Amino acid sequence: MNITNYTVEELHDMLVKKEVTAQEVVKAVFARINETEEKIGAFITLTEEEALEQARKVDEEGINPINVLSGIPIGIKDNIITDGTRTTAASKILEDFIPIYDATVTKKIKEATMIPVGKLNMDEFAMGGSTETSYYKKTRNPWNLDKVPGGSSGGSAAAVAAGQIPVSLGTDTGGSIRQPAAFTGIVGMKPTYGRVSRFGLIAFGSSLDQIGPFTRTVKDNALVLNAISGHDANDSMSYEGAVPDFTAGIEAGVKGMKIGVPTEYLNEKGLEVGVKEAVLKAIETFKSLGAIVEEVSLPHSKYGVPAYYIIASSEASSNLQRFDGVRYGYRSTEAKTLEEVFVKSRTEGFGMEVKRRIMLGTFSLSSGFYDAHFKKAGQTRTLIRQDFDNVFKEYDLILGPTTPTTAFGIGEQIDDPIAMYLSDILTVPVNLAGVPAISIPCGFSNDLPVGLQLIGKHFDEQTIYKAAYAFEQATDFHKEKPNL
Amino acid sequence: MAITEEDVKHVAKLAKLEISDKGIAQFTKQMDAIIDMVEQLDELDTENVPVTVHGLRTYNVMREDKAVPGTDRELLFKNVKTEKDGLIKVPAIMENGEAGA
Repeated sequence: MNITNYTVEELHDMLVKKEVTAQEVVKAVFARINETEEKIGAFITLTEEEALEQARKVDEEGINPINVLSGIPIGIKDNIITDGTRTTAASKILEDFIPIYDATVTKKIKEATMIPVGKLNMDEFAMGGSTETSYYKKTRNPWNLDKVPGGSSGGSAAAVAAGQIPVSLGTDTGGSIRQPAAFTGIVGMKPTYGRVSRFGLIAFGSSLDQIGPFTRTVKDNALVLNAISGHDANDSMSYEGAVPDFTAGIEAGVKGMKIGVPTEYLNEKGLEVGVKEAVLKAIETFKSLGAIVEEVSLPHSKYGVPAYYIIASSEASSNLQRFDGVRYGYRSTEAKTLEEVFVKSRTEGFGMEVKRRIMLGTFSLSSGFYDAHFKKAGQTRTLIRQDFDNVFKEYDLILGPTTPTTAFGIGEQIDDPIAMYLSDILTVPVNLAGVPAISIPCGFSNDLPVGLQLIGKHFDEQTIYKAAYAFEQATDFHKEKPNL
Repeated sequence: MAITEEDVKHVAKLAKLEISDKGIAQFTKQMDAIIDMVEQLDELDTENVPVTVHGLRTYNVMREDKAVPGTDRELLFKNVKTEKDGLIKVPAIMENGEAGA
């Protein structure tokens, strides 16, 4: 079988009808990985033996017709811990780290009898927008091997786009799910902050981090979010509210739905012409489906990137203090004293971008700069959050491009941190406000996919999925596949 | 405001990172540019604007104060590089070794 052709729903159907076995599905996944991985480089670690063993068990127990995810292969971003399987966060400092327990999401996908096939490449500690800061390898965009897949969840996006796996998990602190989904022409959801437990996610910016699914279709995405959502006593920011079935009413359409398009997003000066055109066409599609689309304003949008880089880096500088070479991870062999264990292990173990962020965060939190930096960024965050609250008083959804440009070239921005940071301009406000947002394919510019971003109210992923599904059914962009 | 090489050296020390002399110059230049970017925020009037530092809620969540079994000790040592008598072994804390303490 050719795994690249099937969605989760289709695979489930075939598994239930016994047209294929879970073992055959897993074998097809590894056949596809063997065929494409040299070009794509999506995985840091593959767990073929464990996956086949797991598939054998699923086949033995039989596919549960009610559990759509039973026997479906999945890839996991390498900053989500997996009991007994090496987890590196794409850093040298965790090169030989074997977790002793599962992250809550890992546990949940295993409980759903999904089959983990490996750990996916990413920017080191999720810091970057191109997956180029990984200590291990470069991941290439399946649509054009000279382009980046985006980041930080670049491996998670590239593997799904290349047809290696139907589903993967990524994480999004400032756009790290939505931007790579846009760059590779697939569906990527950042749920509301608090919707999915962060327990067992290697922390970057704790007040921003969320885990979410990558899939090739909107409905598949909703199915996976169903499985990973829910309250968790191990995450103090986990939401206690009920988890709805995200697929319920997904086919209801957008008639009468009020969608706001922020002036600031469409007139962003770095916006590529082809991206703007694709988004304008998407607006017309929504109107033709009966939605009411109007221009709105998120006046503090341009302050999102500076506020984000202070907040995320400050939180990271604190979170990454735990990597000290003592209890786990890399320990420098040069260290003669305990202090040297800390300093040399960190200096040799962290890459450049991680050091830059730790330094910026430490600076922003240091005495004398705290008020001008961290406090000011926290106040800006309040203003950005209020921008969204104001629009959501009258509108059900906000629509715009996911990224100002399509995928950029490998090596093109890596030496210019500020250019790299500015490519997050349309995604970071969402994390600062804590609202959910999806990226879905909406066209092509220079033969590269363009992503459409739909932003919803806190804990209203359902409206996002409903609109995304209606758009997907009305268009064919999700059917386009890269030529590999 | 410009950040100096001295500032960068001080921050590196706080962050427990070692940066070479050549690296200091590069870091200073890059951090200066980043700080320049973030200082756009000075344009905003934020007087009386509350600070948002949390993602979802402002209160802390506590579990019930009840003893529960912890993680198995042997398991916890799985990623430890060097151990001795059930403890993590590290180089001496003081420069003169144990005698210096």
